[in-house]
Amino acid sequence: MMMLKRDKKEEEEGGGNPFSNLERSSVLQEARTFNETPINPRKCGHILTKVLYIINQGEIIGSTEATEAFFAMTKLFQSKDPILRRLVYLGIKEMSKIAQDVIIVTSSLMKDMTGKEDQFRGPAIRALCSITDTSMLQSIERYMKQAIVDKVPAVSSAALVSSLHLSKSSQEVVKRWVNEAQEAVNSDNIMVQYHALGLLYHIRRSDKLAVTKLVSKFSKHTLKSPYAYCLLIRIATKLIEEEDAGSSSPMFDFIESCLRHKSEMVIYEAAQAIVQLKNTTAKDLAPAVSVLQLFCSSPKPTLRFAAVRTLNKVAMKHPAAVTACNLDLENLITDVNRSIATLAITTLLKTGSETSVDRLMKQISSFMSEISDEFKIVVVQAIRSLCAKFPRKHSVLMNFLASMLRDEGGFDYKREIVDCIIATIEENPEAKEAGLAHLCEFIEDCEHTVLATKILHLLGREGPRTPTPSKYIRFIYNRVILENAAVRAAAVSALAKFGAHCEELMHSCIVLLERCQMDTDDEVRDRATFYVNVLKQQQRALSSAYILNGLQVSVVGLERALHHYTLEPSETPFDMKTVPLATQPIVEQKVRETPSMAGEAVSKPDKAAATRQDVYQEQLAAVPELANLGALFKSSQPVEITESETEYYVQCVKHTFSNYIVFQFDCTNTLNDQVLEKVTVDMEAADGFEVVKQIPCASLPYNKPGTTYTLAHLPEDPTIVTGTFPCTLKFVVKDCDPNTGEPDDEGYDDEYVLEDVEVSVADHVQKVLKPNFAASWEEVGPENELEDTFALSSMSTLEEAIKNIIQYLGLQPCERSDKVPEGKSAHTLYLAGIYRGGHDALVRAKLALDSSGGVTMQLTVRSTDPHVSEVLATAIA
Amino acid sequence: MEGGILEPSLYSIKALAILDNDGNRLLAKYYDETFPTAKEQKTFEKNLFNKTHRANAEIIMFEGLTCVYKSNVDLFFYVIGSSQENELILASVLNAFYDSVSQILRKNVEKRALLDNMDAIYLAADEICDGGILLEADPNAVVQKVAIRNEDIPLGEQTVAQVLQSAKEQIKWSLLK
Repeated sequence: MMMLKRDKKEEEEGGGNPFSNLERSSVLQEARTFNETPINPRKCGHILTKVLYIINQGEIIGSTEATEAFFAMTKLFQSKDPILRRLVYLGIKEMSKIAQDVIIVTSSLMKDMTGKEDQFRGPAIRALCSITDTSMLQSIERYMKQAIVDKVPAVSSAALVSSLHLSKSSQEVVKRWVNEAQEAVNSDNIMVQYHALGLLYHIRRSDKLAVTKLVSKFSKHTLKSPYAYCLLIRIATKLIEEEDAGSSSPMFDFIESCLRHKSEMVIYEAAQAIVQLKNTTAKDLAPAVSVLQLFCSSPKPTLRFAAVRTLNKVAMKHPAAVTACNLDLENLITDVNRSIATLAITTLLKTGSETSVDRLMKQISSFMSEISDEFKIVVVQAIRSLCAKFPRKHSVLMNFLASMLRDEGGFDYKREIVDCIIATIEENPEAKEAGLAHLCEFIEDCEHTVLATKILHLLGREGPRTPTPSKYIRFIYNRVILENAAVRAAAVSALAKFGAHCEELMHSCIVLLERCQMDTDDEVRDRATFYVNVLKQQQRALSSAYILNGLQVSVVGLERALHHYTLEPSETPFDMKTVPLATQPIVEQKVRETPSMAGEAVSKPDKAAATRQDVYQEQLAAVPELANLGALFKSSQPVEITESETEYYVQCVKHTFSNYIVFQFDCTNTLNDQVLEKVTVDMEAADGFEVVKQIPCASLPYNKPGTTYTLAHLPEDPTIVTGTFPCTLKFVVKDCDPNTGEPDDEGYDDEYVLEDVEVSVADHVQKVLKPNFAASWEEVGPENELEDTFALSSMSTLEEAIKNIIQYLGLQPCERSDKVPEGKSAHTLYLAGIYRGGHDALVRAKLALDSSGGVTMQLTVRSTDPHVSEVLATAIA
Repeated sequence: MEGGILEPSLYSIKALAILDNDGNRLLAKYYDETFPTAKEQKTFEKNLFNKTHRANAEIIMFEGLTCVYKSNVDLFFYVIGSSQENELILASVLNAFYDSVSQILRKNVEKRALLDNMDAIYLAADEICDGGILLEADPNAVVQKVAIRNEDIPLGEQTVAQVLQSAKEQIKWSLLK
C-alpha cells in the first residue's frame, strides 16, 4: 500500500516539478547558452533559474565550474530584459563566494546602480556590495553616499542595508557615512527610516553618549516606522540595563509610552522590554502586564503565543504580578495551539495557589500525549519548581511524574523527569520513599543506560537509610540478571552499599555479590570480588572508606598522575595523596532557575569548575621556577586587589602546595600611553611566612593581561597557617605612542599600592563531599578529636552562622546539613574536607539559638593529624 | 535565564523557507551560521516539517528557535528567527512573504504554479530579506519591485498602480525598440 502510494506520488512528482532530477553538470553545461547571440531572455532566464535552484538545494559547485558559469552569466548584461537582469544579480550574489575574479562585473553593476532604471538600481547596489572588499570600497564610496540619500526608497534602503553588511569588514569606511544615514532617518518611507536608524546605531554603538542622544532625539520626534520603534525600544532597554537605571530613567518613560502605540508589534516590544529589565517593581510591570493580558484574547495565535510566553517570564520573577491574568490564562489552556496551552498552564502553575494544583495537573494530563517533547520538558520544569514551593503536594506531583515516566518519550525528556524526582527526594524527606519506589519501577523497564546507572547510584546512597532497605534489593538484583554490563556494574556497587550500611542485610548481600563473581564482564566480576572481600572483613572503617565514600580525587588528575608514574617507573608505590582532589562544584543553594523555554541550553558550570585546577596546574608547571613544588593542592578563586576601574587592574589567585604557597597576580594595564616592564608584586611576609622568590612579568602592554608570581614558604610551625600580606606593585614605566604601542627607550621606576592579600584556613582545605558522613566520622575515629564551645554573638540566625562557618573553614557541607528546616532553633552541621598534606578533616558543629539573640556553637573536629584538628578548632575563634 | 536582552540589530531573520507537502525544500535561504551545512539545514527542515505539517498552529518554538509558518494546499511557508526575537516582526515577514507569493501566483498558491514561477519567487524572497535584514514588508511593494511579466493578468485583478505601471512599462519598451 505504502509502495503504491509512493509510486504514484513519484509519477506526479516527475511530471509536476520541472526542477526535479536536475543534475549539476548538465545544468552548468546548459549555462553555455548564455554565450550565444542574440540572447533569448526567456530561455536564458529559465536556465539561470535552474542554476539558482541547484545552488539553493545545497549542491556544492566547484570553484572552476562556478567561475565558468559566472563569466557566461556576465554576457547576459547585454540583454535589457528586466527579469533576466534581476536574475543575473541574484546569480552574482550566490556565486560571489565561490567563483573567482567576480570583480569583473563591477563596472556593469556601477552603471546599473547610477543608471536611469530605478528598478535596477537597488538590486544592483546590493549585488555590487556583495562582491566589494575594503580596498575597492574607496572607489564606490561616493556613489554609496549618494545612494543612501537617494529619493527612491528602494535605492536608499538597498544602500543602507549593504552598508551594514559592509561594516563587518570595513567598519572605518562606513563610519564616514554617518551624516547621510542621519539624513535618511528623516525619510518618509518606513523601511528607509528603519534601515537608517539601524545603520546609525551600528556606527555609534560604542559611543554611549551619542547613543543616549540618539534615543532622546528620536523618542520625541515621532518615527513613522513600527520597525524603527521596535529597534529604538531595544536600544533604550540596553542603555537602561547598562546604566542600571531602572524605572526612573527618561528612557523608561519612552518605553512605557510605546505601550500606547497603535501598532501591536511596538506595544509587544515595549511590554517585552519592560519585562526583561532587571530593576523593575511590580508597579512598573503592571501596565506591561495589562497589555499582555489584552493580547491573550487576540484571535491571532502569534500574538497569544507572544503574550503567554512573556507572561511566563514575568511569572518567574513576579508571580504576583501575573495573578490578575489568571482568568485569561485559564481560557488559553484549551487553545488549539498546544504551545500556547502548555505555556499557559506552566504560567498558572507558577502563579496559582496550592489549591489549584490538582485541577491543573488533571488538565495537563489530558493533552500531555499531544505536545512535543520540548514542551513536556517545560511542564516537568514547572512541576519541579512546584515541588519546591508546595512540599505538601508531593504525592500528587510524584504520581503525575511517575505516569509521565511510564509514557513514551525521548531521552532528554526522561532525564528531566528523573532529575526532577531526584531533586524532590533530596529536598523533601517525606517524598523519598514514594520517589524511590517510582524510580525502582522505572528501571525495571528502562532503555537508557545512563539513567539506569544514575538511579542505581541514588538507590545505593539513599536506599540503605530508609526504614525498610530490604525491599530495594530485589529491584537492584533484577538489574544484575537482566541488563547490560554497565548497568550490572552499577547494580553491584549499589548492592555493596546496602551490605556495608545495614548489618542485618550484609550476609544476604554477600551471597548475592558472590553470585555476581560469575559474571561474563570483567568490570562486574572485579567489582563483585572486591566488595565481597571488603565486606567479609567486617570492619566499619574499611567499608566506609572503600564502599560508602568513593574516590575523592579528580579523575583527570588521577589519569595524568598514573600516566606520569608509568613513564618513570620507580620502587616507591604510587601515592594517592599526590593526586589533586576533585574540586566540588559550587552547590547551588536554590532549585535551578527553570529556563522558560525548552531547547535553550542550560549552562553547565560543573565541567568548567572541575577542570579549573588542572588548567592552573599546567600553567604553573610551565614556569620553570615553580615546576618543582610538587602537586598543586588547591587554587583559590581570583580576588580583586584593585578597584576594577583603576589604572592597573590586578587579581590574585592563591595556589597552595604542601610546603609553599604561590600568589599568582593577573595584571592588566588600562593606560594606552604606557608600557610597564619588569612588573613584580612586593609582598611583606606575615609572621612565620617567608617570601622566597618573585617571578616578574617582563612586559605589560596596554590591555594585554600579564602574570607575575610570588612564591612564599609556609611556616615551619604547622599550627600557623594564616596571615595578612600587604602588597605593592613595582614596575618600570615607559611612555608609548597610544596608536602604535611603540615605547620610548627611557623608563623610570614606579610603584602602586595594592590591597592586602589574606591567607585563610580555607586556602589549606579542599572541599570533599562525603556521601555518608556518619561512616566517615567513625572511620577517622576519636584519636585526634578536639571539642570546643563558642558563642557567636554577631550572628542572629542559624543560616547566617552556617554560611559564615562554611566560608571560613572552606569545608564541604554533607548530608544537606547546610539547610536548616524551618522553625528549628537547633541544628547540626556536618562538614568534610581534606587538609593540605592529604589529611582527612571532619567537623561537626552543633548550633543553637540562645536567648540573648546570638548563636552558640559546639564544634567537634576529627582529623587524621593532630595539628589539623588544632588549626580547625581554633580557626573560628 | 535565557540570553537576556537582545542586542539591538537589524539582523532579525535567520531563515526563510518554502517546503512542499512531503517536507522537501523548494526554496530555503539561511542568513547566519545556525545551520552551517546543507545537510544540517535539510535535517532541520525535515524535523520542522514533521512537527508542523499536521497542526496548523502558525507558531512554534523549535530547537531553540521561533518559527512562524503558514500553509496552503501543498506548500508550507516558514520564517525562522531567534527565540528572543519579537514574534510579531517575524509574523509580519511571513505575511509579506506569503502575500507576495500569492500575488505573483495570482492567488493560486500551490506547488505547480510556484515551480512555474520560480524565477519571480526567488526575486521576491530577495526583495523581502537581504542577508538577514528585513528589506521590505509590504507585499505590494515587493511585487512591484519584482516586476513580473504581468501583461496577462486580467485587468480586473490589477490595482490601479499596477495598471499604470504596466502601461508605463509597455510604452517604455516600445520606445526602446
